[in-house]
Amino acid sequence: MQSKTSLSRRHLLKWAGAGTTVAIASAVLPNFGISAALAAELGDGDIGVLNYAYALEQLEAAFYTQALENPFGNMQVNDQRILQQIRDHEIAHRDFLKRALGSNAIPALEVDFSAVDFSSRASVLGTADVFENLGVAAYNGAGQLISTPDYLVAAGSIVSVEARHAAAIADLLRPFSAEAAGRGNVDQKGLDKALLPSKVLPKAAPFIVTEVTAATLP
Amino acid sequence: MSNDNTILGAIEPELVDSIAFSRRDVFTRYAKAAGIMTSAPLVLALASNQAFGQSLPQQVTDTLNFALTLEYLEAAFYEQGNKSGVIPSQYRSVFRTIGQHENAHVKLLKGVLGSAAVAAPGVDFTAGGKYADVWENFDTFLALSQTFEDLGVAAYKGQAGNLIGSKEILTVALQIHSVEARHASEVRRIGLKFGWDGAFDKPLSKKAALAAATPFLA
Repeated sequence: MQSKTSLSRRHLLKWAGAGTTVAIASAVLPNFGISAALAAELGDGDIGVLNYAYALEQLEAAFYTQALENPFGNMQVNDQRILQQIRDHEIAHRDFLKRALGSNAIPALEVDFSAVDFSSRASVLGTADVFENLGVAAYNGAGQLISTPDYLVAAGSIVSVEARHAAAIADLLRPFSAEAAGRGNVDQKGLDKALLPSKVLPKAAPFIVTEVTAATLP
Repeated sequence: MSNDNTILGAIEPELVDSIAFSRRDVFTRYAKAAGIMTSAPLVLALASNQAFGQSLPQQVTDTLNFALTLEYLEAAFYEQGNKSGVIPSQYRSVFRTIGQHENAHVKLLKGVLGSAAVAAPGVDFTAGGKYADVWENFDTFLALSQTFEDLGVAAYKGQAGNLIGSKEILTVALQIHSVEARHASEVRRIGLKFGWDGAFDKPLSKKAALAAATPFLA
């Protein structure tokens, strides 16, 4: 359960998109009495992109961990096994990115899933659907921002697993449906979505308490 | 989950440049990004249906033609499969959707490449008789479908580095790559498997991907 403090803080602290400077963030923060340790600037270039991915993987890993610690009623073994595997993957992604970033990694983010009803299968799987598809669009949009080939391959090795997750969640929601093969997310050209950080971060913001700034990412 | 029953599984030992989780040098080898930029935004080419294949760097043209060859193969596979009657009714919307996506990928890549596009190859999905019952036995059809989808995911991933300097085209390739991963996941699901082989998908070199595809080219 999130404290009232977390919830109110959530409304005060928002992702800062491109163009927002760190100076503004640090000037604002003390007014709210929030410790500087709760803020995270993603950074420049490849480091910024990896931190961006790291933030999203932290969010996903925390979500599935919480979903499995508080399983919805009558969770079927099929749901459970798939959610457990996805959780383990997200943790592996998170830890991989953290290790890759080393001392450049942003801190652990404080999350807020108060909008999720963990007792409801529809709420949990619906949120998973949002997170997986957001992850796919985020990695697809971030690829062009990466300049180091090894990082691009690493991101590629993660994004296709996120897309596999998205299909698996869609299948749990609607077994063997066109949606499970991508309809709803794939356009008439046969393309998945690709979103830049400035489009993705606001969608993730309601679930993250820690202020995350992306001063130089588009 | 193993994919040993597929062509891709059989050539797994030949996988190159895989993301080894423990490989310490992955994030220390800084290769310089290729400085190639596309001469026109891909989005404009797509919007106007005006091909600019002739103005693309050779490396990009080669990569897109390689992708197109795999898309031709997939599109033809589902074109025949969806007509053959081999697909049980409860799975038809999945394979119809996949077929539509593959057709869209062919159209898109041909549009981008214009006169530089390779012609559709001849195909033999029995692979010289090895899979003689592909249009009568759903298990065979499903195994080949999984092979083609996993192959597509790995092949696109393996080519990402060749597109790193062509941002618009890289993004489109990533947008196709994740769609193939959705397909792969759902096809595996129909085969009562998990939709993945682990937390990280492996890339495949062009040589290995062509080796996997060659038995199906007539």
